[in-house]
Amino acid sequence: MIRDIAIGQFYPANGILHKLDPRVKVLMLIGFIVLIFCTFNFFALGLVALTVVAAMFLSKVPIKLYLKSMKAIIIVILITSLLNLFYGSGEVLCQWWIFKITYGGIYNAIFVAVRIISLVIISSALTFTTSPTDLTDALERLMKPLSVFKIKTHEIAMMMTIALRFVPTLLEETDKIMSAQKARGADMESGNLLKRIKALVPVLIPLFVSAFRRAYDLAMAMECRCYQGGKGRTRMKQLKTSKRDYVAVLISLIILAGVIICNILL
Amino acid sequence: MEFIRTENLSFYYESEEDEIQLDTLKNVLDGVSLSVRKGEFLAVIGHNGSGKSTLSKHLNAILLPTGGKVFVEGIDTSDEDRIYDVRRKVGLVLQNPDNQLVASIVEEDVAFGPENIGIEPKEIRERVDEALKAVDMYHYRHHAPHKLSGGQKQRVAIAGILAMKPDCIVLDEPTAMLDPKGREEVISAITKLNREQGITVVLITHNMEETVNCQRVVVMDKGKVLTEGTPYEVFSQVEFIRRHRLDVPQATELCQKLAGSGVNFSRLPLDAEECIEKLAEVLL
Amino acid sequence: MSIILRTENLCFTYGAGTPFEKHAVKNVNIDIKKGEVIGVIGHTGSGKSTLMQMLNGLIAPTSGRVLLDGKDIHENKKELRGVRFRVGLVFQYPENQLFEETVRKDISFGPQNMGLPSEAVEKRVKKAAEFAGLKEELLDRSPFDLSGGEKRRAAIAGVIAMDPEILILDEPTAGLDPMGRDVLLSQIEAYHKARNNTVLLVSHSMEDIANIADRVLVMCEGDCVMFDETHKVFSRAEELEKMGLRVPQITKITTELRRRGVPLSEGILTVNQAFEEIREILRREGKI
Repeated sequence: MIRDIAIGQFYPANGILHKLDPRVKVLMLIGFIVLIFCTFNFFALGLVALTVVAAMFLSKVPIKLYLKSMKAIIIVILITSLLNLFYGSGEVLCQWWIFKITYGGIYNAIFVAVRIISLVIISSALTFTTSPTDLTDALERLMKPLSVFKIKTHEIAMMMTIALRFVPTLLEETDKIMSAQKARGADMESGNLLKRIKALVPVLIPLFVSAFRRAYDLAMAMECRCYQGGKGRTRMKQLKTSKRDYVAVLISLIILAGVIICNILL
Repeated sequence: MEFIRTENLSFYYESEEDEIQLDTLKNVLDGVSLSVRKGEFLAVIGHNGSGKSTLSKHLNAILLPTGGKVFVEGIDTSDEDRIYDVRRKVGLVLQNPDNQLVASIVEEDVAFGPENIGIEPKEIRERVDEALKAVDMYHYRHHAPHKLSGGQKQRVAIAGILAMKPDCIVLDEPTAMLDPKGREEVISAITKLNREQGITVVLITHNMEETVNCQRVVVMDKGKVLTEGTPYEVFSQVEFIRRHRLDVPQATELCQKLAGSGVNFSRLPLDAEECIEKLAEVLL
Repeated sequence: MSIILRTENLCFTYGAGTPFEKHAVKNVNIDIKKGEVIGVIGHTGSGKSTLMQMLNGLIAPTSGRVLLDGKDIHENKKELRGVRFRVGLVFQYPENQLFEETVRKDISFGPQNMGLPSEAVEKRVKKAAEFAGLKEELLDRSPFDLSGGEKRRAAIAGVIAMDPEILILDEPTAGLDPMGRDVLLSQIEAYHKARNNTVLLVSHSMEDIANIADRVLVMCEGDCVMFDETHKVFSRAEELEKMGLRVPQITKITTELRRRGVPLSEGILTVNQAFEEIREILRREGKI
């Protein structure tokens, strides 16, 4: 059933990554993503891979879950690595028809594969260890400087909060409407693509109608609770950076230095 | 002491367009003069379309009168500069428990109101805990709203209003979408708030059983106040209530019929217990 | 009367094999006769909605069978859609499923899915609208412009139009005001009388059930704990209260009076019945 789809992949646990300030985690992630694409030799790449593995274990999230998130993009990894494998340059190892495998190709393929895998795992590590609310909170506060450019950071964060709140409700509702239309003989499981798309109309229209009604109700409820946008608003939960966060940042900086050294010296 | 006063309050929608958009609100008010005393538990009853819901939305300036005035502790609700003062004094809980919770964690939702009015973080924490305890939902503070039952969601919504420390809570058919258990939870929560914390409660409903414990009942139809009085005064007019498409408790109906056949009651009972005692007296 | 619907050891388990495993319906064996009106009660989460969705094949049982006219409805997957036309199910808040441009088109959705020719569809829409008390001129309006009670009735008409032999209504009066509720219930009753088909009514309102049902099915934590004639079920007030269910107020009053020695019948269901009996006693004793 639709409602079984996991929303946000937060995995509650008591790992050290769970305890870090979400803002620090978001910044570290951004830094790390940049770092992943700034690896130019195997030593640097190895160091990055090592960090990823370390993060995976530190998160106290079952490895199985990481593998699951990899499963979704395994094809992407395979295709990009294969393309790289065949379009490399340098000494030819073996050749068949128009395909040739070169040292350069192998080198590229490994690089691309490790980079994508690292990217997925490290992003998953963030979403696994940070609750969606903490994440929106962190993003709102980190984006605050952007309001200088007239970007409505509070509104964006509010929208994310509301979306997180209502996605499960709407999924449940979709389920209900689908059952109700099936009870009237709607056939959603057979026929060609066009027929199936047509069969969705009796589900989508009630869903939109209900979403608008909910939006109207919610707007009124927010007004009742004196919502006036971000101005003059305080927050109950204050994000606090602690010693732990500084240590995490320090370690990240050391890794960064390590990668730079590898890139230049080796 | 008078807390809210409506003076000849009238309301209608100006254009067709508004009417479609404000689906649930298209009923008009026609000269409603009403006063709500501080600390009282007032019930407003009427069938769908009687204007009771529209009235509730005037009490905290969600809607503004097209004719007449509404005063909350002397503040005119149409005074734009003081609209948030009005809303801090009078909180409104809506019918659909799913549609009025904003955040995906219970305690953060309750914090939403106080955050909006700029309370200090430490105090918000205290208010949130206090409000959740008052409606007996403290245990669920870390839960996601969509996993709660209807009655629980509605109590969270009440806590969300409570955390803004209002003097008065208006509830617009808060139990219409709940099962009997949820109904009981919500009614006992607001009864407790009224009795223990002295919060003024205005309960809009069409379920008669919910009104038997309140101090005063106002009956509305076609945008007008038809009658008001204690539950005993109102429900003893069985025929009148029926005529306006409302229910009377079965206990009252039975005794009214018996009274018609010549049984003498000092007053018509409103609930089962009272009815049993009175009939036992007559029959045994 | 012949049995139209029977369940044999019907079970349903959500999320079997996961930590969230929940036995929603446990070993339910019931017989429903043709032409009966059955009231279904039970608190939220008692499994009654799941059971109702199993009766028309929307939810497949984890074990056990549902027999419609003696035939297992899951025996042939291809015929399952046909079962849904014979066992019509009206969900809770059915107005949320309206989607067409006009009420007429929306009510025709079911009959059209049955593959009926357009004249037959038209006839059925008219008939269904009549049963639901929708005036002719409403049929060409958008369903979204109707009042709350009218929307509800239009949605119910959409199921009635399939002319099901068994009509299941899941809390049809939820959220309606007393007047809307009375109108709807009397329409359901009139429909039942005219078509003499089987009706299952799920409701939290014991007064509604008392007024309309021949027999009452009580669900508690996935079990069918009682299934008997209405007055018999409601005379077991204590057991029902232990399950968090009430009995109609009038039944509560008369049962207590009976316990104290007033010679009233068991399981009185309506105010009129109670009134007549009490008046009779008072007359006999010369008190009035």
